[in-house]
Amino acid sequence: MSSHTQLDDARQQRTLTSRQMAWYRFTRNPSAIIGSLIVISVFVAAIFAPYLATHPESAGAHVDFINRHSPPSWEFWFGTDNVGRDIFSRSLFGYRISLGLVVGVLGVAVPFGITLGLMAGYFGGRVEFIIMRFTDIMLAVPPLAMALAITAVLSPNLINAMIAITLLWWTWHTRLIYRIVKAQMSEDYVEAAKVAGASHFHIMFRELLPNCVSAISVKVSLDAGFVILFGAALSFLGLGVQPPTPDLGTMVSTGSEYLPEFWWEAVMPGMAILYAILGFNLLGDGLRDMMDVEL
Amino acid sequence: MAFYLTKRALSLLMVLLGLAVMIFVIARIVPGDPARIALGPLATANQVAELRQEMGLNDPIYVQLWHYLVGLAQGDLGKSLLTSRPVMSDILQALPATFELVLATVILQISISIPLGVLAAYYRDSWIDNITRILSLLGVVIPGFVLAIILQLLASYYFTSFPVTGRLDPSLDFQANTTGLLLIDSVIAGRPDVFIDALRYLFLPAIALAAGGIGQVMRITRSAMIEVGSRDFIEAARAYGIPERVITFRYMLRVASVAPLTILGLEFASLIGNAFVVEFVFSWPGIASYGVRTILQKDLNAVIGVVLVSGVFFVIANLTIDVLLGIIDPRHRIRGAQKA
Repeated sequence: MSSHTQLDDARQQRTLTSRQMAWYRFTRNPSAIIGSLIVISVFVAAIFAPYLATHPESAGAHVDFINRHSPPSWEFWFGTDNVGRDIFSRSLFGYRISLGLVVGVLGVAVPFGITLGLMAGYFGGRVEFIIMRFTDIMLAVPPLAMALAITAVLSPNLINAMIAITLLWWTWHTRLIYRIVKAQMSEDYVEAAKVAGASHFHIMFRELLPNCVSAISVKVSLDAGFVILFGAALSFLGLGVQPPTPDLGTMVSTGSEYLPEFWWEAVMPGMAILYAILGFNLLGDGLRDMMDVEL
Repeated sequence: MAFYLTKRALSLLMVLLGLAVMIFVIARIVPGDPARIALGPLATANQVAELRQEMGLNDPIYVQLWHYLVGLAQGDLGKSLLTSRPVMSDILQALPATFELVLATVILQISISIPLGVLAAYYRDSWIDNITRILSLLGVVIPGFVLAIILQLLASYYFTSFPVTGRLDPSLDFQANTTGLLLIDSVIAGRPDVFIDALRYLFLPAIALAAGGIGQVMRITRSAMIEVGSRDFIEAARAYGIPERVITFRYMLRVASVAPLTILGLEFASLIGNAFVVEFVFSWPGIASYGVRTILQKDLNAVIGVVLVSGVFFVIANLTIDVLLGIIDPRHRIRGAQKA
């Protein structure tokens, strides 16, 4: 009797819950670990920017002509810009804009794209034709060209940049979800739900959607990096955030006027953008390996 | 094949038509009066009203759209609001420069990424694989404009033989009149000096533009090669004693090249988008520079034209890839014809 319980205890210790399993896979995946550490550090930098910045006053229209164009040093880690503002501090504040953009764009575009993809895959027929043809058209638009056109016509600022990117971003999610749902439609559980009299809404959002979650989370993580890149490119061309708000793309653009002598003014904010994108990409790649999804 | 291509071309043409309608409608419903933009802030309300009448802006939007589409079918993109020059001729003037850059980029992408992808798959999990993995990751995550600036910086200190702005040394006095592509025209005109100079100017922008695609295509080629390598027909070929080199390049690569080519086509839209930024950094006199300029000036007709022409680029690139895929993989044209 006692041996039986011992055996049971041993068994219990050896079976992992699905959460433990996920954690185990995560710790075995260097790309996911490094990626999530970078992403966490970017979020921390953005949230606590006023406390972490070595020169918090540099975030605004601060001027310090004595220290203008100082190279990277112990005092100014990334050097200073053309009016003597600390580039490191401004980069931390710049992450606020970048992450704000990510949350704003993906918060709208992803649910929208998912809903359209679910509808196209689930209903098929005419609904599928209209949604997928429209998606095809949107995919043929060079996103940056379109976003440039939209922000320019609606006067350049952060909100309009966000609108422009959102208008173009949902297409990839629609395609992804559509493909998954199409493949799932012939599965028994969908059939069973239909026979049981479940509503369209229930089948789409309670039966089909959970099967898309792993693909969506990988896609969102990869997307976050590209939204940052996109926003930076827009403001680099002068169509995003307007000065003196500390924005990484704008900083690269201003700094590039002082190349090649004061190289840090363009390169350091550029590296800050690179760091954030790298983090989201590594995380996305790691998640993809962990959950074994194909995009 | 012909049937399949016609079907593909027709569906891509529909995409283009949809694009034209969409952009036109967006440009008309956004706030901002084209007539006001054309005349500037100093014009009187009467002058603006007169121009609105002349431009047909008082017609219902579907009438305007119809006029626009009829013009489009005849190759007329309207007139620039600021210079009154036909948008089409402005774009045609800038087009060859962009075409040359994009073509060089795609050639660079294919010729670097596919061999490296094959190599990475062949030496899977070795140091070669790891290096290509890091390179491709860097290529994907580095923003085009940051890479462009870093290349400019390096060129100004170390590689001074690569110019950082423009397309050709103005002192060479050469007009590309035949095709507009400097590399081809210089060969036709028998001017090796121009050819080499054009190549030097082309090098850095093409690298900056190609990096992202190289990374992506490399990884996809690698995984496709690995996947194909475990198929039965490859095992059979090995069993026949066909040399590994022949198996890799003749049998495996042929099947495995479908995935990277498809991705190249899909990513073409973002390549054009990146061209906007890269051309801007290198002062490359192409359609993207023209686009950025007109966008900043709110020249609506020109903006619509630029976006449309970029869409045409995308459609042509995808048709070309469809043809290539049809040649490489016969299953593709059968499936494509059934689907389309």
